[in-house]
Amino acid sequence: MPNVQEMARLIRQDIITMLAAAKSGHPGGSLSAADIIAVLYFSEMKIDPQDPNWPERDRFVLSKGHAAPVLYAALAERGYFPKEELLKLRKTGHFLQGHPDMKKVPGVDMSTGSLGQGFSAAAGMALAGKIDNKAYRVYCLLGDGEVGEGIVWEAAMAAAHYKLDNLLVILDYNGLQIDGPVQEVMNSEPLADKWRAFGWNVMEVDGHDIDELTASLQAARNTTGKPTIIIAKTVKGKGVSFMENQVGWHGNAPSKEQAEAALAELKGGNNNV
Amino acid sequence: MSEQQIDWKNIKKIATREAYGQALVQLGEDNPDIVVLDADLAKSTKTSDFAQAFPNRFFDMGIAEQNMIGFAAGLAAAGKIPFASSFAVFAAGRAFEQIRNSVAYAQLNVKIAATHAGISVGEDGGSHQAIEDLALMRSLPQMTVLVPADATETKQVIKAAAAYQGPVYIRMGRLAVPVLFAENYQFSIGKANIIREGQDAAIIANGLMVAEALKAAEVLFAKGINTTVVNCASLKPLDKDTILKVARQTGAVVTAEEHNIIGGLGSAVAEVLSENYPVPLYRVGIKDTFGESGSPEELLQKYGLTSTAIIQAVETVLKRK
Repeated sequence: MPNVQEMARLIRQDIITMLAAAKSGHPGGSLSAADIIAVLYFSEMKIDPQDPNWPERDRFVLSKGHAAPVLYAALAERGYFPKEELLKLRKTGHFLQGHPDMKKVPGVDMSTGSLGQGFSAAAGMALAGKIDNKAYRVYCLLGDGEVGEGIVWEAAMAAAHYKLDNLLVILDYNGLQIDGPVQEVMNSEPLADKWRAFGWNVMEVDGHDIDELTASLQAARNTTGKPTIIIAKTVKGKGVSFMENQVGWHGNAPSKEQAEAALAELKGGNNNV
Repeated sequence: MSEQQIDWKNIKKIATREAYGQALVQLGEDNPDIVVLDADLAKSTKTSDFAQAFPNRFFDMGIAEQNMIGFAAGLAAAGKIPFASSFAVFAAGRAFEQIRNSVAYAQLNVKIAATHAGISVGEDGGSHQAIEDLALMRSLPQMTVLVPADATETKQVIKAAAAYQGPVYIRMGRLAVPVLFAENYQFSIGKANIIREGQDAAIIANGLMVAEALKAAEVLFAKGINTTVVNCASLKPLDKDTILKVARQTGAVVTAEEHNIIGGLGSAVAEVLSENYPVPLYRVGIKDTFGESGSPEELLQKYGLTSTAIIQAVETVLKRK
C-alpha cells in the first residue's frame, strides 16, 4: 500500500485539477477531508476495487456529499475507475455527479448530497451488519455545519440505542459553513459533550495528522457496545494557502490560474500537507 | 356480470392495515431478509404482529420518521428488504425528502407501508389525515405507488411489493372496509382490474372508494345505467391500456379516490385521457381542502366520498357525452 501522506497529497492535487476542469464544485470541504479520506481508503478500510460490491467490504458514506471530489479522487487513485474520468466531473452524460450517486459511480456505497441523510443510511447499514453478524464496519464522514440537520441527532440517538459499535463517524471539524463560521451561523458547541450525551464514544484528534487518525481508528475498533465519533479538527481548504480558512472557497471552483498556483504549492513539498 | 349484487349489510369488514400486519408475518416466515421499522406506532400500523413474531428483525425507531427512512435506505443498501411504517401523513410528509433522496434517487429497495391515510382516520382530525401523500409519491421518479382496496388485495400488494426490486409506497387505511375480493383475485403491479362491466360509463377507483364504486354501479344499474368499474390499485405504474380501453368502450369516465383531487388517481387518469383519448371526466375526491375531526362515516359523507357522490358524477358525465 502506498504512503498515506503521499496519497493525501495526490488526492488534493486531483481535487484542484477536477474542480478547475468542472468550473464548479466545493474545494474547501474536500481539501479539509483529504487526510481523513486518504487514511480510510489507503490504510483503514477492507475494500476491493476489483469487486466494488463485495458483500463483506467495509462501507463508506460521504454524508457531507458536496465533498464528492475528495471521494472521487480517492476512488480513482485506489483504482475503482480511470483517473481521466475525474476531468469529466459534473459534465453532462458523465458518471461523476456533483454529489455522490451510488448507481453511477463504482465504489460509492450511498447516494448523498442532502445533508444528514447519509449518516442515517450509514447507521442503517451498520444495523444490517449487526443483524447478519457480519464483520464489516461502516465509516461515515460528517460535516460540522451538517450537524445542524435534525436527522443527525435522530440517527445519533438510534445508533447508540442499537449499540452500533461497527459504525464509525468522522466529523470534519473545519469550523466553516457557507454563510460563515459555524459558531456564528448556528453554534453547535459543545460538540464533543453533545455526542457523549447521546451515548457515543468520542475522540478528538488533529484531522491532518495521519498517525493520530490511524491510531484513533484503531482504538475505535476496540470499543464495544457503542458507536464512535472522531471529531477531527481540520482546516478548510487545507494545503492551498489562499484557500485555507476562507469561507469563500466553500463552493467556488478555482480559475485556471488559481489552480496552477494551488497545484504548484501542493506539488512543492510543503511538509504540512 | 352487471347484475352482480353484493350483500353490503352482511359483508365482512377488515381494515387494510390489519391485513398488512398479517401479510408481514407471512413474509417474515418466507424471507429472512425482510426487516420491519416503525416510528412508535406499531400497534396502530399493525407492524406489532411482525414485532411479536420476529423480534430480532423488528426495529422501533422512535418518533423519528426521517431517520426511520434513512435507516431503511441503509438496510436496503446492505441487502435487506425493509418495510418502514407510520401514518401516511408522517411517512410520506415528514420523511418526504428522505424518501426522495435516500430511497427514490438512490433506487433502494425500501417499502414504505403507510397506514391511516385519508380522512377515514376520523376523530384525530385534519392534522392526521393525509390527503396529499399520493400526489407526493406519484411525482417521484422510480417510485411505485400502490393503493389496495380491501384485505385480500392488501395481502397480495404486500407480497408483490416485497418481490419487486425497488422503492414502493403502499397506502392503507385505518377503517374496517368491506372484503370485496375472493382469494383467487389477482393483483399485479402496473395492472388495473375491471371488476364490473357496463357500456355507459366507467368508474375508476382505488382504496376504499372501490367499494363505493361498486355500490354506485348497482344503484345505477337499477336505473338502467350500466357502468364499468375499474380497481386501479396500481396508481404508478398506471395501467394506461386498461384506462384507455374502458374510456373507448364507454365514452365517459368518473374517478373516485380518498385523496385530494389534485395529484392523485383523478389527475393520473386525466393525464392519460387528455393526451390520448379525451372523454368527459369527473373526479370524485377531496376537493382541495383539509379534513377535520369526526366519525369516519360522517366525514366520508361530508366530504363527498360516497356511492351517492359517484352516482351524481356518473349522471353528470353522461350528460356531457
